[in-house]
Amino acid sequence: MKIPYYPGCSLKTSAKNLEVSALAAAEKLGIEMVEMPRWNCCGTVFSLTSDDLMHHVASVRNLVRVQEMSENGSVDTTNKMVTLCSMCFNTMKSAAKRVRENAEDLVKINSFMDTEPDYNGNVQVLHLLEIIRDMGFDKVSAKVTRPLEGLKIAPYYGCMLIRPKEIGIDDPEDPTIGAQLFKALGAEIVDNPFKKVCCGAYHTVHNKDTVIELAHDILTHAQEEGGEAISTSCPLCAFNLDNRQKEIKEKYLKFKEMPVFYFSQLMTLAFGLGEDACMFEANYVDPRPLLKSKNLL
Amino acid sequence: MPTNTVITAANEAFLRRINELSGEKVTRCEQCGICSAGCPLVAEMDRTPAEMMRMVQLGDEDIAKSKTIWICASCFTCTVKCPRGLDPSKVAEALRQLNLRKAVDYIDLMNIPKEEMEILPQIALVSAFRKLTG
Repeated sequence: MKIPYYPGCSLKTSAKNLEVSALAAAEKLGIEMVEMPRWNCCGTVFSLTSDDLMHHVASVRNLVRVQEMSENGSVDTTNKMVTLCSMCFNTMKSAAKRVRENAEDLVKINSFMDTEPDYNGNVQVLHLLEIIRDMGFDKVSAKVTRPLEGLKIAPYYGCMLIRPKEIGIDDPEDPTIGAQLFKALGAEIVDNPFKKVCCGAYHTVHNKDTVIELAHDILTHAQEEGGEAISTSCPLCAFNLDNRQKEIKEKYLKFKEMPVFYFSQLMTLAFGLGEDACMFEANYVDPRPLLKSKNLL
Repeated sequence: MPTNTVITAANEAFLRRINELSGEKVTRCEQCGICSAGCPLVAEMDRTPAEMMRMVQLGDEDIAKSKTIWICASCFTCTVKCPRGLDPSKVAEALRQLNLRKAVDYIDLMNIPKEEMEILPQIALVSAFRKLTG
């Protein structure tokens, strides 16, 4: 499968470890993610008011790139695209849905984007995790050369991958897609109800204390159930759950640091693709001591 | 929160405006409170999400001055739980927009400490400024 890939801003900066590992893991599964030319920021959040179209223009412009790639044969999928960041996924899928379901909005946005070709309204926005699920997790197991035996992972889903219902890729009340993936990689799964609790998202900018509380709850609940590390697919969750552990430790003296993996880093590790493809050095809490203690590095 | 009040034309106009902006029919809310029970940020709020819905039903414009509407992070937990199929996160957004469209920003770039600006990823900054400034 050769599919247009939308990276978004974080994947080129704070979440390079997500991009590097996901591209390598996808390639191993026969998914070639072709970065779209001239992509722009998706806007990170989807405007929720009925009369606000301006904030969807950025996302729709990216969908035009997908349409062009489908037409010029640079990919072998038709009107499909893949994302890695949960926020990009949610924002672009929501924008695609809005213009697909509201013909009048599509006309307005197309006439506003005067210098762009008209968007046809047909692009399907996918997250890499759902492409992998649809291929079958047995295909994942077949590529594992280094099973993650003994590693206790608490999958964390957050918000933008699973909510709202019509956008999310899994059951919004009890998501399991991460658990199924990590099980296929040989890891032990630790379930806990905080897997779908918001990390506080952009409150980290102006209301850091709230994020510290939420992140502390999410991490310690995973630990209480026996989790040794958690996973995410969102660069903003990763910042709040990983980097903010510095502040959590200052506030809660008993708190023990816990590695936060991107789902794709666990894939490259289990596929035996080497440390360069895992890019663990970019994680805030270094996961390598834990992995060494499990003989996984 | 007012419970037995006379609904004025101004109250009705406020309700209509929020219905229109949010695309939700707020009067459909039955006040079961599941949104408040599930909200991960309710402890930070001065009005619960259910109170927000009730105040909009009554056309009580004070809700647009509440802390609640800025604390809501649009995580959609209430959205997936509402048994009436309502989306309180859209109502909170409509109430934020009422303020932002009067050029009243909730956050100011100048108030973010320099050491935080050095570590905050752009995904955090872009989303915060799109949600909380006009």
